[in-house]
Amino acid sequence: MSKVQIMTGNQAAAIGAMLSNVQVVAAYPITPQSQLAEIMSQYIEGGKLRAEYVRVESEHSALTVCISASTVGARVFTATSANGLLYMHEQLHWAAGARLPIIMCCVNRGVGAPWTIFNDQQDSFSQRDTGWIQIYCRNNQEILDTVIQAYRIAEKVYVPVMVCFDGFVLSHTMMPVEIPDAGKVRNFLPPYKPHTILSSEDPRNINPVLFPWRRENSEGILCDGYMEMRYKLQAALENAREVIMETDHAFHEVFGRKHGGMIWEYKTEDAELILTGMGSIASEATTAADMLRAEGVKAGAVGIRVFRPFPKDDVREAFKKARAIIIFEKAISYGYEGGLCSDLKSAFYGTDIKAPIHGYVAGLGGRDVKARELAEAAKASLADMKAGHIEKNTTWLNCHTG
Amino acid sequence: MREILWHGRGGQGVVVAAQILAEAAYLQGFKGVTSAPTFGPERRGAPVTASTRISDEPIRTFSQIEQADIAVVLDDTLFKVVDVLSRLKEGGLIIINTPLPADQTGINGCFDIATVDATGIALKHYLTKEGAPVINTPLLGAVARATGIVSLDHIEKALQGKLPKEAVARNFTTVKVAYDETKIRVRDEGQKA
Repeated sequence: MSKVQIMTGNQAAAIGAMLSNVQVVAAYPITPQSQLAEIMSQYIEGGKLRAEYVRVESEHSALTVCISASTVGARVFTATSANGLLYMHEQLHWAAGARLPIIMCCVNRGVGAPWTIFNDQQDSFSQRDTGWIQIYCRNNQEILDTVIQAYRIAEKVYVPVMVCFDGFVLSHTMMPVEIPDAGKVRNFLPPYKPHTILSSEDPRNINPVLFPWRRENSEGILCDGYMEMRYKLQAALENAREVIMETDHAFHEVFGRKHGGMIWEYKTEDAELILTGMGSIASEATTAADMLRAEGVKAGAVGIRVFRPFPKDDVREAFKKARAIIIFEKAISYGYEGGLCSDLKSAFYGTDIKAPIHGYVAGLGGRDVKARELAEAAKASLADMKAGHIEKNTTWLNCHTG
Repeated sequence: MREILWHGRGGQGVVVAAQILAEAAYLQGFKGVTSAPTFGPERRGAPVTASTRISDEPIRTFSQIEQADIAVVLDDTLFKVVDVLSRLKEGGLIIINTPLPADQTGINGCFDIATVDATGIALKHYLTKEGAPVINTPLLGAVARATGIVSLDHIEKALQGKLPKEAVARNFTTVKVAYDETKIRVRDEGQKA
């Protein structure tokens, strides 16, 4: 029997973590994540979830608790937003380098200064290069399901996963979400087996200072140097694609829902114009595509679900017939352009995909982005492209740039 | 898709009303429902809005509503401080908590107007919280009557998911009374917004 409840994105994430039977939760409240941390503490305090909730004085400590608990074999969960995530920055690198399958929800919010509590994706985007897998969700069902999927992925490839969803737009918006059966989730997600067991019976020194070259340990075994271990992190992310796809496939078989694995597509079969983005803005772009189709433009949308590892092969396939590509993103690499824009361009290098690409930065600091505005921007870009403006500076959507 | 904007003051329960309507609509069989508060901090007494979207198909748009099909006004003093009508489509429906009849609400333009004295109903049935009348639940009855989107049964079921049994009965009584007492004035097509 399906069990559907109308809930916020924060609640969906909390249910996903509870169904994943997390054992240790450490989080520090920050808008718009606060409700998620509160619900987790209610589950634990109320006895719905047998786990330890560790209260901490900062986000840096929250992730440190998760690193420690994961190192000794616990399944752990944390969540944060914006400056809280940035405060974790050092430990984000540590979690990935130590190859710990930590799951963290990033409830996307813009970064200060100037202060904002509202949504964009500059927070998680700025942590792109810490070695975490990043998955961006487009609705609350996907949030719940992705948290469960994330544990299965992380515990197979030993890389932490950041499950990103837009603050307020999803975190505080209620919509129907089907709650998976707890028994089925237990089967889908077997208990976590750590790669290294740290115990007093078998003392070890984990993550010591490494030297530039490989070196024999005290037992005469030649061990990896820093660079070998870093190469293995890169290889794990590159190989994660297969696990991410398999996980989405297996999830579909058990629960009847699939979210696309690396990317998802909407009406792209015959699309000449493809709108793309990550998270809720990509969902909004599907409505924009419908509006454009009503006006006779063959439009479709592609959602980049997994940003790291970057879905290079998937986008090459999805965009191969596109005649025009328009990217909407809620983050920017200051001094250049949107990061997704750069990544897509580089993914198409050396292929037959020569379609003009226009990049838009939109919705920073919670500025509302409507499907109508995306459709209008797409039409303006199409007119520009037809007039021969193949390359164009990043456009700031709905922003007074005069 | 039908888009509903709830206008009230912080503390009057626009967020919960928007949620209950979404839940009732889902129970009614609409596959796509969303409800959202005004994003950001809110203050008690300050003008606030919340929204409900209701659709036959799952909803893929999460941006804010520009112009609603239906406006629900919990507090008629808001007309002095908020331009409620600017966010209502021409030909749309406005549901107002007021003891006044539609032609005394001062609303001109091409709108259907539904009026109900939700405050009076709440006080008459002792539905109060912290000394103030609870007006969001009776207004759900007015919404059911004026829009026909949701039935009273499904509002009752949605309330059951939110409130203890005794509270459901007290709230639902006011829903039914408001349903019966809601007066609707259909727009005059000749009038322009």
